[in-house]
Amino acid sequence: MKTTVVEPPVPSGAPVGLPAGDGRFSLLPKTSFDGRVETELLEVAMGPHHPSTHGVFRMDVVLDGETIVKLKPVFGYLHRNHEKIAENVSYLASIPYTDRLDYLCSMTNNWAYALSVEKLAGLEPPERAEYIRVIMAELTRLANHVCLIGFLAQDMGALGTPLMYGFREREKILDLFEALSGSRMMCNYMRFGGCRLDLPPGWVREARVVVDNFPKFLEEFDNLLSGNEILMARTQGVGVLTAELAVNAGITGPMLRASGVNYDIRKVDRYGIYDRFEFRVPLGDHGDVYDRYMIRLLEMWESLKILRQALDDIPEGPVMDPNAKIRNFKPKPGECYERIEGPKGELGFYLVSDGGANPYRYRVRPPSLVNLTVLEDMCLGHNVADAVAILGSVDIVLGEVDR
Amino acid sequence: MLGEGIIKGMAETARNFIGSYSDPERLVTVQYPEEHIPAKQNARNFPFLVFDVEDPVAGLRCVACKICEKECPPQCIYIVMDRDDKGKPCKHPKVFDIDVSVCMSCQICVEVCPFDAIKMDTEFELSETNRYGGLLLTKDRLSKSNEYYHKIHSVEAAEVDARLADEKAKAEEKVKAKLAAAATAKAAAQAAKPVAG
Repeated sequence: MKTTVVEPPVPSGAPVGLPAGDGRFSLLPKTSFDGRVETELLEVAMGPHHPSTHGVFRMDVVLDGETIVKLKPVFGYLHRNHEKIAENVSYLASIPYTDRLDYLCSMTNNWAYALSVEKLAGLEPPERAEYIRVIMAELTRLANHVCLIGFLAQDMGALGTPLMYGFREREKILDLFEALSGSRMMCNYMRFGGCRLDLPPGWVREARVVVDNFPKFLEEFDNLLSGNEILMARTQGVGVLTAELAVNAGITGPMLRASGVNYDIRKVDRYGIYDRFEFRVPLGDHGDVYDRYMIRLLEMWESLKILRQALDDIPEGPVMDPNAKIRNFKPKPGECYERIEGPKGELGFYLVSDGGANPYRYRVRPPSLVNLTVLEDMCLGHNVADAVAILGSVDIVLGEVDR
Repeated sequence: MLGEGIIKGMAETARNFIGSYSDPERLVTVQYPEEHIPAKQNARNFPFLVFDVEDPVAGLRCVACKICEKECPPQCIYIVMDRDDKGKPCKHPKVFDIDVSVCMSCQICVEVCPFDAIKMDTEFELSETNRYGGLLLTKDRLSKSNEYYHKIHSVEAAEVDARLADEKAKAEEKVKAKLAAAATAKAAAQAAKPVAG
């Protein structure tokens, strides 16, 4: 970790956070509480290789003692030119690249992109494909939230145990993905107009076993963490995000709902066939880190409800729209934006077609990046150790933030 | 009581710890280099080329149409079509290289291939000491027999074989019908000739 002493800034514009006492701008030197020891602000670069940043991400934190007075997120280390690449390859060839946006949730990334292209080209996925997509999306949500809670606990010092329990359950979901799509994480499974393959024989039975055993694990997680006094002390009242700020900053997903705003795109847009399933949207009350943890836990219970209904109702039939073409796919000129409720928030794809084989413009609306913009507002006034917990509760994947 | 939650959590950990000695449900790992988890039916890693009869050169299904080269997202396929002495294209790849250090195992090449010539392998222990040449798979290293394909993806290979046989039968029928039509036309022309003469 690099530490540097902040130089006294030139007095122009707003100071770095501390109010000037006697009307005169003074930042350094400053006296501490007892009026004797002189202290200085300290700038700390947390990252890019800090283990709590979940990838290559840097927080430039200005500290007054242990208290954060300024925080600047610095990202872009993992920039891969995703949008420009997608503008130079065919519509089909950007599906494997969308896997690598949020690499924990490749299925939902595929779905958001496929939905966008389907709207552009006027394709209609068959009934069975819609059911498969819902099942995949909810399994992805389970895998993602399990990971998130594990990593959050690990960031706060629970070395490995919750994370490993979470990974054990996630492994079973990844096995289902592998049996279906051939790959555990980079699934590359959904296509515009449906899905690439039909479910292999016996898959629904295996999936039902995983879904039926999951509540046992969620109760285990609940016993392990929810009532833990250390976790409560570290998270309750920490990193509060008010509903106003969350709405104004465009925060979506579990973070927004933890602040008490009832906004779930599965309920609002009812894309796919989500209007057929009965589920509730859990809402938080305080908007702190503990609420964000709890929302994810409750969302997993709701996902299990959806999964049970979908696995019971899944019809037989084709999984691909017969009008969908793999080669020489050229949608009509036009533009569209489609969004889904990904595990991390609103994931949307904006596409402009000029009638050619490549999109003219391709833009991703990543939930991780937008949710990261309020990091400073949540961290100000808290200890530097709390910044780790707050960042963990935002749920970022740097592949999606930097693209 | 303060600390109740921690004790409850510890009990959960203890149950898992003891369970890991007795409950097979909690034993989820395998001793990897000695033990292997069998590959799934749909498992995929890197592409290979299928050849049909004994001969890995003449039996190659690939006709060097370069569709996969064009569609490959990271552009890791390089194909040169073979030409005979007169410079006529031979419908056979002279060079077919896949750089597996670039390949991202996405299976797009398999999907776009109209000849079922390229398929996905399941082999994953591919470490090499030579960083550049070792990871550039050339045509002779990529060519694998149809039997091998049946061994790793039995269901899919059977489907492909049935489809190819069907297509072949249809093509033969078409050729036969064409020949028959030509024969009848010729006969009709011969029959019409004396009248015209």
